[in-house]
Amino acid sequence: MGVFVPFAAIAASALFILSLMWMSHPSTARRGVRAGEIGMVIAIIGALVQHEVVNYDLIIIAMIAGAAAGIPMALLMPMTAIPQRTAISHAFGALAVGLIGAAEYYKHAHPEYAGGFIMWVLMFEMLLGFLTCTASVVAFAKLQELMGSRPVSFPGQRIFNGAVALATVVIGATLAIDPTQTWLFPAFVALALLFGILLVIPIGGADMPTVIALLNSYAGLAASAMGFALGNKLLIVAGALDGASGFILALVMCKAMNRSFANVMFGGFGKVIAGVTGGKDDRVVRSASAEEAAMQLENASSVVIIPGYGMAVAQAQHKVSELYQALTKKGVDVKFAIHPVAGRMPGHMNVLLAEANVPYEQLVNLDDINPELPQADVAVIIGANDTVNPSARDDPQSAIAGMPIIEADRAKSVFVIKRSMNAGFAGIDNPIYYNSNTQMLFGDAKDMVGSIAKELSGGGSGLH
Amino acid sequence: MTVNAFNADYLFVFILAAFLGFQLIKKVSPLLHSPLMSLTNAIAAVVIVGAITITGEEGATPLAKTLGFIAVFCATVNLVSGFMITDRMLKMFKPRGK
Repeated sequence: MGVFVPFAAIAASALFILSLMWMSHPSTARRGVRAGEIGMVIAIIGALVQHEVVNYDLIIIAMIAGAAAGIPMALLMPMTAIPQRTAISHAFGALAVGLIGAAEYYKHAHPEYAGGFIMWVLMFEMLLGFLTCTASVVAFAKLQELMGSRPVSFPGQRIFNGAVALATVVIGATLAIDPTQTWLFPAFVALALLFGILLVIPIGGADMPTVIALLNSYAGLAASAMGFALGNKLLIVAGALDGASGFILALVMCKAMNRSFANVMFGGFGKVIAGVTGGKDDRVVRSASAEEAAMQLENASSVVIIPGYGMAVAQAQHKVSELYQALTKKGVDVKFAIHPVAGRMPGHMNVLLAEANVPYEQLVNLDDINPELPQADVAVIIGANDTVNPSARDDPQSAIAGMPIIEADRAKSVFVIKRSMNAGFAGIDNPIYYNSNTQMLFGDAKDMVGSIAKELSGGGSGLH
Repeated sequence: MTVNAFNADYLFVFILAAFLGFQLIKKVSPLLHSPLMSLTNAIAAVVIVGAITITGEEGATPLAKTLGFIAVFCATVNLVSGFMITDRMLKMFKPRGK
């Protein structure tokens, strides 16, 4: 049996690598999930048959309870809750890492480990694990709207955060140098947990894609660090893969906002600029009705739909899909322009539209759709704002200057479905609403798209 | 079982895995970034291996057993729901004409 253990780790590592490799394309991605599952089963069997493991009752109970909680979660979770679920699963994963670290710490709280490599790695692992845990819980609370999604700030915030971070590191280092000071350990854990909260409360809702990706990366790094502490190469590999994934996604998100990590983490974006609007009331806004929109769409040969977080909030994806079907039936070429930061997590819009049966070939990335927009007859903006704001491109003074946008304003005509004229998350005025080729469709995204789709499928003849 | 000194082998494995991870993830279609996150999250739940050891090993203290028990529970929730939700999401991504 003992011979099996190292081979189990190698097989599991290989299967995890294959799993990520197959994620490269939707046609092979499900095979990737199978590979990951098999790898996990092999890893677990490998752990269970180690000769160190003698008591199975608690393990079995915990696994059954975990499965009993996880299976209904997976089956019942609505797709709109995917960002929240991702956040809370980072919290679970990070908590597991933190607790294992704590158990290992108490096991090694003897003078012979003082200042040793294991202690340093354990402290690092627990710092990352515990702070990721509470940070993810806060991200979850913001996404679930248990707390406001606006940034939270208080006087002296940076100094306070810095002091907490410093205290955590100092106590952690003290424990690494002298692990017998067990009375300090609860303080270390409490400070790491507190630091996690402090890290995420100043970050606003629209920055959640980056934050979730970063927390994903932290959770992976913590797992990897645990591999160093336990001398387990499988954990090092799996953690490194997870860490790399989260890091790349966070980079993609930052690039899509033309911002740095530091700016996302410490920028307090979305609260500073709120006062800029006003005093420009002389500009004209043209509004249109669902019938007028339907008529124009019907006569178009190519349409680009640009969804944003508003579509998710209004749960409009199924109506949007109906619109897509109705237009496709009439021979109109319909594409979806997906901005990387649209929504609350990387890939959010794609999942919602896929759920509503929009074929994935129609979901086009920012870089690929922009050259096509000048040829598009109609662009329909559904619940997107900052991601289509031309001032990011045209106005170097704008708070979002330099952020890559979907150039909806280059289409021959533009429809914007929007509840009211309120500014978007960043609180920045959006000149696209006042362009002469823009028509506003005021109303709830779901109702508005629904009535346009109805007009289109209800035999367009009545319109002419 | 574990050694107290720094072992360069681990760093070696980590660096290689991280490089490989970067190359693999760069190739993932942006379409699948949400399922990618839940998949990597499920894979990271392999920390259950460590949790199993501390819960079940000979001479585990009641404290270690308690912490290990919670860790096994959390990791199981993640890996079960992570793989299942990833699959649920991926099932929805259909090509044209299906």
